[in-house]
Parts: sequence; C-alpha cells; structure tokens
Amino acid sequence: MDKLIVSPSPHDENYTKTSTIMLNVIIALLPAWGAAVYFFGMRVIPLTAVCIGSCIFFEYFCRLLMKRSNTIGDLSAVVTGLLLAMNLPVTAPYWMGVIGSFVAIVVVKQLFGGIGQNFANPAITARIVLMVSFPTMSHWIKPLEYDYDAVSSATPLVLAKSGDSLPSYLDLFIGKTGGCLGEVCAAGLLIGGLYLAFRRIISLAAPVSFIGSVFLLSWLGGEDPVYQILAGGLFLGAFFMATDYATTPITTKGKIVFGLGCGIITFVIRRFGTYPEGVSFSILLMNVLTPYIEQLTRTKVLGAKEAAKNEG
Amino acid sequence: MKKLNGIKLKHRKNTENSATVQFPVPETVRIPMSMTMGAPCQPLVKAGDEVRVGQKIGDTDAAFSAPVHSGVSGKVKAITDYRNAMGVVCKMVEIECDGLQTVSDDVKPPVVTDKESFIKAVRESGACGLGGAGFPTHIKLNPKNEIDTLIINAAECEPYITADYREMMENPQDIINGINMVKSQLGIKTAKLAIESNKPEAIKNFTEMADNDDSIDIITLPSAYPQGAEKVIIYNSTGRIVNEGSLPADVGVIVMNVSTVAFLYRYMQTGMPLVTRRLTVDGNAVREPQNVSAVIGTSFREILEFCKADVGSVIKLIAGGPMMGMSVPDIDMPVVKTSNALLAFDHYDERQTSGCIRCGRCVRVCPLGLMPADIDRAYKIKDIEELKKLKVMLCMNCGSCTYVCPANRKLAETNQLAKALIPRK
Repeated sequence: MDKLIVSPSPHDENYTKTSTIMLNVIIALLPAWGAAVYFFGMRVIPLTAVCIGSCIFFEYFCRLLMKRSNTIGDLSAVVTGLLLAMNLPVTAPYWMGVIGSFVAIVVVKQLFGGIGQNFANPAITARIVLMVSFPTMSHWIKPLEYDYDAVSSATPLVLAKSGDSLPSYLDLFIGKTGGCLGEVCAAGLLIGGLYLAFRRIISLAAPVSFIGSVFLLSWLGGEDPVYQILAGGLFLGAFFMATDYATTPITTKGKIVFGLGCGIITFVIRRFGTYPEGVSFSILLMNVLTPYIEQLTRTKVLGAKEAAKNEG
Repeated sequence: MKKLNGIKLKHRKNTENSATVQFPVPETVRIPMSMTMGAPCQPLVKAGDEVRVGQKIGDTDAAFSAPVHSGVSGKVKAITDYRNAMGVVCKMVEIECDGLQTVSDDVKPPVVTDKESFIKAVRESGACGLGGAGFPTHIKLNPKNEIDTLIINAAECEPYITADYREMMENPQDIINGINMVKSQLGIKTAKLAIESNKPEAIKNFTEMADNDDSIDIITLPSAYPQGAEKVIIYNSTGRIVNEGSLPADVGVIVMNVSTVAFLYRYMQTGMPLVTRRLTVDGNAVREPQNVSAVIGTSFREILEFCKADVGSVIKLIAGGPMMGMSVPDIDMPVVKTSNALLAFDHYDERQTSGCIRCGRCVRVCPLGLMPADIDRAYKIKDIEELKKLKVMLCMNCGSCTYVCPANRKLAETNQLAKALIPRK
C-alpha cells in the first residue's frame, strides 16, 4: 500500500451506465424494425446501416474536430441513427440518410454541446428537415410489394383526409400499411415501449398522456379515435421520442404536461393543418417549450419553505 | 400516509451473525481531542502523566462539545497535532498502555436527581450519536421545545454495517432500559424504535419485549436507503415534516441512535464513559469480516491486521458505510467515537464522468425531492439565486443521486460545493 485513494462519498455505485440505457432503447426498437424488414423488404437493412454508420461517423469526427472526448461508446449515436432510419420511407435514397444524420448529430446534437444538451430531438428534427426539403420523403409504397419504383401508396392518415378506403385496425396494428419504416407496426412499438417502461428506462407518463389526448380529442372531434392513434407516427413518437431524456421534462408532472401538449398539437395539425401528420411537429414544438415546462413543474422539496417567505 | 421510499442497495450484511469480538488492548492509543460535532477539547493531561481507564483526558468550556476519556491505563507519551479525515486539526493524546487496565477512581455511577443532573451526567459520559454523525448527546437531550416522541434510530440502512444490529442482538435489555430511562428523565410519552425490514430477528425480539408496554412502538421501515436519515425516519415513523431551518425538536421529536441509548443506560449503571466502540470490519480486502469492540484510539491498521486483512493491498479505506462514510487518507488513523465501520478494499474502479443525459434518476431517488440534475447545471454557471430556489441547502449528502447516475456524475459532491456558494445568513 503506497497511497490510499481518497474520494468523496458515496463510494459505491450501481451499474446502469448511459450505454446500458441506450442499448435497451436499441433492443426496444428491434420489434418494430423487424416488422419493417418484413413489410418493406431487405432494403431496410442497408438503409438503416447507412443511417447508423453515418451517425457514428459524424459523432466521432465532430468530437475529434471540437477536441472533445470520444463519445461513440455511449451508443447514443446508434440510437439516433436507428431512430432516423425508422423515420424514413423505404424508398429514401441513401444520401438522404447521410444528410439526415448530419442534421441530427452535427447540427442538433454536437453544436449544442453533445449528449444531454440538445434542445430538440435529433431524429425528429432531421425527419422534419428532410420532409420539408425533399418530396421523396413522402413517397410511400405499399407493404409487402417490394418493387420500389412502381407501386406507390398513401399513408393511412392521407387516406383518412382524402376519404379513400382505409386499412383495417388489424393491418394498422401489425403494420401492414404505408408509412415510414418505424411507424407502421404499432404492435412492435407497443412491445418496445412497454419493455422500456418495465426496465424503468422510460416513464409511461408522456406516452399515455400523448396517446390518450389524441384519442380523446379525435373522439370528441367526431373522428375514429382508434384509427387516429394507430395510424401515423404516434406510437413511435410517443414511446421513443416524447420520452427522450434530454428534450422532455424530468418530473412526472412535467412529462404529463409535455404529453398533453403533444397530443393537442398533433390533433390540431392532423385536423386543421395542411400536413396529414403532426406528431413530429408537435414533439419538436414541445421540445422547445420543455425548459419552460420544467420551470413550472419542479418537485416539491420535503420541508422546504416557500421562496417568498425565504426572501425576507 | 405514504412512506418515503429510497433506493435498493445490496445489503452486504456479511457480519450480521458474528458476535462482537473484543480487540485486545493495544500497545499505544492515539486519542484525538475532536471526535464529535462541536468544539474540540483541550488535553487535561501532559506528557509523562499516568492515566487510568475512564479518566477524563480532554474537555472544553464550550457547551456544544463532549469530553474525551482514556480507555486504557498507562502513561501519556506525547501531545501532538492531529488532522482528521475532514481536514480539521486538533490536539491528540498518545498513551503508552501498561496493559493492566486499572480503572480510574472517577468511574462510578453518576448521581441523578433531576433533569439537570441527568443532562450533566450525559455530558460527562462523553456520549455522542454513535450512528456516525457524532452530535453531542447532552445537547440533543436538552431542547427548548416540548418533546412528545423519542425515535430510536435502528435503521442501519448503509450496506455492510451491522454494529447497531449486534447491539440489538447482544444487549436488547440495555436498549429497552435506556429508552425507558430517557423517556422518564425527559418526560417523553412515547418512544418509537424504528428498524429496517432487513432485520426481522431484531424486529421480532423487540416486538416481544415491548409487548406489554404501550409506550414503546416497534416500527418496521422499508429496506430502502436512506431510511436512517433523520428527516426520513421522522417522517416515516411519525408523519411529521421537519421544515427548512428547523430541528427535530421543533416538531416534538428527538432521534437517538440505538447504540447510543444502550450506552447511556450502561453509563448510568457503571459510570464507565464512552471509551470503546463496536465497529464492523469488512470489505473485500478483509479476510475475516467481523464486529470488533476496540478501545477508542486504536489504529485502523491494527484493527485490519486483527481481522486478517491484507493491509498491503488496501487502496481504499472507508470509515463508515459505503454511501456516507469518509475516505480514510491514512491507514494509521485511530478509531474514534463515531467509527461504526471500517471497510477495506483492494480495488476501486472510478468510472469516467460523462455528460448528463437528463434521465431524471437522481430526481426520482432523492428522498427529499431535490433536483440534483438542475443543481448540477446551476452550479456550473454559479447561479446562486437558482441554487437557493432549488433548495440545495437541504441536501443531506446521502449520496443516492451519485449512486444511481448512469453518467457517473458526482452529484452529491456538487451539492456540497453548491452549498458553499450560498452566503450564510
């Protein structure tokens, strides 16, 4: 014994690391991703690989350029890449995955300080940037028909807006419908979301209030509520993006407010907006409001006196 | 009433069934003059003086303090300066033991006639909270407010430590007698003995012992750290909330450690002051983990060797539990009144700290409902107003936030640093 190591307490720690959490998110995304491979074919795999690969690449070189520690080991770039891929249509060209990754990792995440510091969800922002920039982003194909050039389709929400014939609840639930890779299979997303909740990685406060408020509002608005919650990116957004740690409030109260806000905005866009889908915009808007929600939904400290009394 | 919860830790109570082993009288003892909260004592002896067991060797005029006694007979070798693990410098009395353990004539049961003489006797015993904080007991037992409930803290919520548990198993009658003594001297109506659910045997024994006594409740606390924290144990046993800036006495409660109350009873019977200490010796570098009763002033090195520790391989030594214990900088430091455990490890993996991912685990586990993640942010930009709003001053440094942080951020430490930024009123 030469020297004893002196450090402040506690001297014990648990073994959940940032990478453990991210790995669990990846696992939770796999059922819905697997469904996408089944419904949209093998092209899903290289498209996902491009997104994940370029996210890792951008994360690595951005940190290198900024002379900061290498953070690819925390797996957050992998999660972002996977989520981004799940927000693309299967027909998206590979270069679009690269551009999306650049927006997500470099612009939204690293320029704001890296993990935990981003003001908005990287994958959502990338999806929106791609959506408003490239018309290809709304080129949807029919599931189980792998000829990517010929058969085009519409997402169920577009169908609902135009009044065309709708897919059945079952098709919507298992994912046999048009849409981006990750959003079609509600069942897979539900399994993944519940897995994360079970592992206590996420709280169900935001997903429940998000999905619940969309259900309630569309029901009150005279639409088919079950259809509204199963169609589009609601489950993907609610379970995997409205639960993002960095860009949503910390307290349960805050998470509920966040979820309600997302639900209301989603409903308003779907009902009155020109876009058929409002989930991404609602999450992005609420991301921006998160610091304010946090200010107003802090925890009550045991035995704390009110601030006003304290000033005097 | 919903009980405050906490985090689930591995209990690692490896020594719960090991009966206390008497540590032999060492050749020399080194007794610091500051072992409790409050003012340090001045030595009452000088080099060359003969001392006996139980003789007072340090005291001070300051009220907020506790005197120091010798646990050995022998000759004072020197008075030196000593820097404790907190960095506080005080005097230290080094005594060469003669091994005879001749008891001082001063050791006789104190005469207690009223509350005033009781409190005086408590001070003379040198007692302080034996759970680790070391608050002078005579101050605690003499509040200005009306007290109706005495809570005996037997949570022992930190991993490894079984020192209080052994007191409960070995001297249960002293505990009950001590509770009754404090109750009658202070005119307190009810006592609550609060034990964590991971000590079923103790709960069973005391429930039987207090069966015919309506004034002693046995309370089972959930096994969730930090049940033994004062505010948590008060809330979970009485539902009362100790407000910011208040003391337990303001809500009519006194909280005493279970070993302290048993010691006080024995002191009143024998007059032998606080000169020995039971401590749990454990950790992966200790080959024979056990509970040891040692004279205060014995060096940690000797205790570790006694427990067959491979002293050469120890790189991390903790006085107290792994959650709130102090890192010991020097293996030759002495056992003090508050040493409830000595944990020695031959490895210590310090993980790299990474960016806060705002997962909110720290907020979820804080027993008081603080928001360490936000305090961390406010501290970084030295926003004192924000830190005040976040009530960082209430943090009791239980360490739960640091424990659960996946990014390995030193949140509890940051809270303490943040406290230092806030000017005192």
